[in-house]
Amino acid sequence: MSGASTKLAPVPLRVLSSTRETADSMTLVLERPPGGPVGPGAPGQFNMLYPFGIGEAAISLSSDTADSFVHTIRGVGAVSDALGRLRPGDTLGVRGPFGIGWPMERARGRTLVLVAGGIGLAPLRPVIHAVLRDRSAYGKLFVFYGARSPRERLYVGELERWQAGGAMDLSVTVDFGDANWAGRVGFVTALLGHAQFDPAETVVMTCGPEVMMRAVANQMIGRGVAPGDVYVSLERNMKCAAGLCGHCQFGSIFICKDGPVFTYDRVEHLLRVREI
Amino acid sequence: MKSMADLIREHPFLAGLSDEYCELVAGCAKNVVFEPGSYIIREGQPAGQFHLLREGQVSLEVYAPRRGSIVLQTLGANDILGASWIVPPYRWTSDARAVERVRAFAFDATCLRGKCEDDPALGYALMKRFVPIILQRVTAARMQSLDLYGASV
Repeated sequence: MSGASTKLAPVPLRVLSSTRETADSMTLVLERPPGGPVGPGAPGQFNMLYPFGIGEAAISLSSDTADSFVHTIRGVGAVSDALGRLRPGDTLGVRGPFGIGWPMERARGRTLVLVAGGIGLAPLRPVIHAVLRDRSAYGKLFVFYGARSPRERLYVGELERWQAGGAMDLSVTVDFGDANWAGRVGFVTALLGHAQFDPAETVVMTCGPEVMMRAVANQMIGRGVAPGDVYVSLERNMKCAAGLCGHCQFGSIFICKDGPVFTYDRVEHLLRVREI
Repeated sequence: MKSMADLIREHPFLAGLSDEYCELVAGCAKNVVFEPGSYIIREGQPAGQFHLLREGQVSLEVYAPRRGSIVLQTLGANDILGASWIVPPYRWTSDARAVERVRAFAFDATCLRGKCEDDPALGYALMKRFVPIILQRVTAARMQSLDLYGASV
């Protein structure tokens, strides 16, 4: 299936597994038959997931596996709550993948600085997977991840493997620690200062609350990274996901088809307009 | 063997400071080590030193009745510890505890303030290093207080 107009009908896909990440987040693995009607996707793209009879939600790909879709979903409403209740063997409707993802080609040979906040780690995780699979094609990899608390970290086992693996410089911090937490405490931007990189050879990708992404972008631009090399992933209410309905229109752009990943210089002026 | 001026020059906080000024501030500095669990500074006590961290994690904490010590922020290698030595009444506003074995340069606050008063250009050079860090920390603390990840991204 190709082209926006042919992606308007959901395709039924089966849930292969569901894994609880945190108290309100689940990771679903969906069967995606190779050569089938949907996919594959690229890091940063999203699918529209449809628990039958409830509604659709735009959910980023959170891995780049060849024969499945992986989505990490935080329950924040009726649709995402329903997605979180799906179990292996259940079926849901899927449309996608949609949108323009992270700039993997532009990042080749350069240093990558990934900054994730909260559930924002999920859309960046495929980038990490892609880099690890082709490690020599990229320069240094810095990953900064801020979570609300130790219990609200995603992919805890994977974080530990990444930390031990030596293929990246991973820093994890939480806003609120607890008695058992011996790691860093503080907002994720507090970690960025000591990363050593050549700003002219660096690509920054950030995903999280917009307030956080603005702070990250300002800090990275202050370090000398070109605004065109700072990428943010935006989220707005999406409906058709194909640039037809206008629900996700943001100024002159459509988040669903022009993004969700944008260079900061393209959207900075829009992020300052409160009425949009 | 490296002199104290050579050692402190390698700390990112003092990157770019002239040799002359490195020699000058090195006269106020000494090497210090803190074992895990020990307190480096205590809230309300005189802010008699300023630390440049070289190694190990430090937690900034406040004590609240019935809640115990609450970690506000952690610091690590290459961070600075403490700004209360610059501002009267020169008292610490939080505790700082070594989470791991911490190695640091400790600068005597009275000595350093005196040299800054004697040579405002040195004071300005140091303030240009302090202010961006303080600003970053204030910004980060604001974000932290907003509990941003509690809301949908």
